[in-house]
Amino acid sequence: MNIYQEELLDHYENPSNYGTLPNPDISHEEDNPLCGDQIRIDLLVKDDKIKEVRFSGHGCTISLAAASMLTEKIAGKSLDEVKQLTKDDMLDMVGIPLGPVRIKCALLPLKVLKAGAYGINCWPGEEDE
Amino acid sequence: MHTSEFRPLDVERIRKDFPIFATEPPLAFLDNAASTQTARPVVDAMDAYYDTYRSNIHRGIYQISEQATAEYERAREKVAQLINAPRTRQIIFTRNTTESINLVAHSWGNANIREGDEIVLTVMEHHSNLVPWQLLAQRTGAVLRFLEITDEGLLDFTQLRDLLTEKTKLVAMGHVSNVLGTINPIQSVIEAAHAVGAKVVVDAAQSVPHFHVDVQQLDCDFLAFSGHKMCGPTGIGVLYGKLELLEEMPPFLGGGSMIRAVARDVSTYADLPAKFEAGTPSIAEAIGLGHAVDYITQANLAAIQVHEQELLKYAHHRLKEIEGITLYGPSAPHQKAGVISFNIEGVHPHDVAGILDTHGVAIRAGHHCAQLLMKRFDVIATARASFYLYNTVEDVDRLYEGLCRAQKLMIRRK
Repeated sequence: MNIYQEELLDHYENPSNYGTLPNPDISHEEDNPLCGDQIRIDLLVKDDKIKEVRFSGHGCTISLAAASMLTEKIAGKSLDEVKQLTKDDMLDMVGIPLGPVRIKCALLPLKVLKAGAYGINCWPGEEDE
Repeated sequence: MHTSEFRPLDVERIRKDFPIFATEPPLAFLDNAASTQTARPVVDAMDAYYDTYRSNIHRGIYQISEQATAEYERAREKVAQLINAPRTRQIIFTRNTTESINLVAHSWGNANIREGDEIVLTVMEHHSNLVPWQLLAQRTGAVLRFLEITDEGLLDFTQLRDLLTEKTKLVAMGHVSNVLGTINPIQSVIEAAHAVGAKVVVDAAQSVPHFHVDVQQLDCDFLAFSGHKMCGPTGIGVLYGKLELLEEMPPFLGGGSMIRAVARDVSTYADLPAKFEAGTPSIAEAIGLGHAVDYITQANLAAIQVHEQELLKYAHHRLKEIEGITLYGPSAPHQKAGVISFNIEGVHPHDVAGILDTHGVAIRAGHHCAQLLMKRFDVIATARASFYLYNTVEDVDRLYEGLCRAQKLMIRRK
């Protein structure tokens, strides 16, 4: 399967939930020092549920498409449900095989989300290492 | 060691020494500034060591150990000849350029740098020639000063006179920029530095593999490079130093091989080069490096340089056709080695490299361990293609075609 398949490019071209929120309950930004990609995620949380989510930043196709897919997935979900999202869930969403360098591009949005919402600061999948 | 007669490279024959190019279509390997492919004769020489005389060097009282010692030391002689070092013992084997520079920063730096002393660097340094000096400055209270560059990626010499003062104790700079390809006129910097009494460390990782470098002509105090960027194996690097400096310097790492006599509280140290080669070294890799030196000198460094210049000119010419492309670094080919950094508007460099990879073209994308330079040009990353003796015009064509495809794929939608 080609890394640059249509679905991914569609998300890159027309990302869902792109932008920022004026008064977010949670806002967090991180970059990937390897390539300089930078993602910020803003959340509005009500009754423990994610009411609104926006992401912004710059990066390659994979990191921006992954952010778009992730925000679609978590909108309306409870914080508990979202906390359960794993590295494999994120890679399933992206849906294409990735090498060790580009995997970080795909995981950066989930890392930003978990660091912002739960203070989990490691890369998804490296929690127990 | 000047090779007399010029003959152009027989690239077709050279490529036969690199089995990785045997596929159809062949891999277009354009990441040579990071690490080159290893020539078959180099691998054969290392295999011969492992298969027929594998043993530790120096104190073995048996035939194969003596042979290993002789081959290891023969490699040192070859390296000394390559860069025209006055004495073979001025060649210290390390793991790589980074370790060579760290050796100087610790051994010479700790002994000679004091609070308030100034170390002059440039903003185009690779992190390997920046971070060791930051650490030294933190240890000693020395101050780092930076030589800026022009928009074209050339050192700003108007600034040099103000930067170099009696406070300057050291100048550390790259011979060739790993990102821009800029060939720095280091000889004039060395003269200016010596005029104020400063020593000079040259990061030659991107120059020694590509053209003839003569340490006596340059008059540099230290010079560092790596085997893996010149058809040799990983895990072997070189530090050259002036004899009187190396002799005065305290050891870097302590252990076996670097001692003369050991008592409970103190030891006396071995003569050069053993003083700086503690522990069992990378024996096979040193032997491999010796053969890599043979390989590139037999191919002829002058011919390698001409070949890379031709590829560079052709690549400039082709890549400039691409709409929205920015090429970084000097435009005059004589100021530039075979490195070409670029960005295409609207396409992230990682995507450029990712799409090229699907077409069998290997380039690098990222900050290239030169974050000061990325900041200087106000970019997060660049894509970079870099050439060596086995690259062809077809490799450049495939780079060009891949870039056109990447652009079509990514920009059609905007």
